[in-house]
Amino acid sequence: MQFTRRDALAVGAGAALVAGLPIRAMAMGDEYIEAFTGGAEVGEGGITLTAPEIAENGNTVPIEVSAEGATEIMVLALGNPVPPVATFKFGPLAASQDAKTRIRLAKTQDVVAIAKMDDGTFAKASASIKVTIGGCGG
Amino acid sequence: MAKGVKPRVKVPKTAQAGGTITIKTLISHKMESGQRKDKEGNIIPRSIINRFTCDFNGQNVIDVTLEPAISTNPFIEFEATVPEAGDFAFTWYDDDGSVYEESKSIAIA
Repeated sequence: MQFTRRDALAVGAGAALVAGLPIRAMAMGDEYIEAFTGGAEVGEGGITLTAPEIAENGNTVPIEVSAEGATEIMVLALGNPVPPVATFKFGPLAASQDAKTRIRLAKTQDVVAIAKMDDGTFAKASASIKVTIGGCGG
Repeated sequence: MAKGVKPRVKVPKTAQAGGTITIKTLISHKMESGQRKDKEGNIIPRSIINRFTCDFNGQNVIDVTLEPAISTNPFIEFEATVPEAGDFAFTWYDDDGSVYEESKSIAIA
């Protein structure tokens, strides 16, 4: 079979489609990030997201977020059917801006935590978690 | 009201004035995500706890918005400052409008 110009175009279109997929997934997460930050720039550092590298059971994945001087921390799971996970707001009696919880992850994905600092800036941390058995559907 | 909902909270009995304590909370709740399907392929409607708050003597410690991605039996651990003796009030808000409450008092050692 000859590799015609038409074939080349088809291959190119397919590749573009595949390459476009993660970009679209990212854009979905960005939507939530923008709603939280109001379009402000998100810096790095000042926030830690502790999560296991490999989660055997996606139904209950322990995570910890911590950001000194934060008023709010939002957690997003970008690969879930519904990306938002939780938003922690810290009151005047919170001893540290630190919280632990357990979350569901549908598949291997990146989890992102964004902190809103008391000076109005934003910081971001992310962790890549490998999930053996997904925690949604059934 | 969803069945079998039982809040559990772990707070130390005493603390130093102005000291820091760790609080662990768990509430038994199925946290139906609204993504799962039953045997006939119908979507099981969402039924979750959507908000959790903790206050100490009327002052807020933490206010958490929960989404369907929180595991069954939501567990939350955080730290609080104890300026004086008093009561911690914990409140969970269910999707169906139910509110579950729990309180713990703490003394100054």
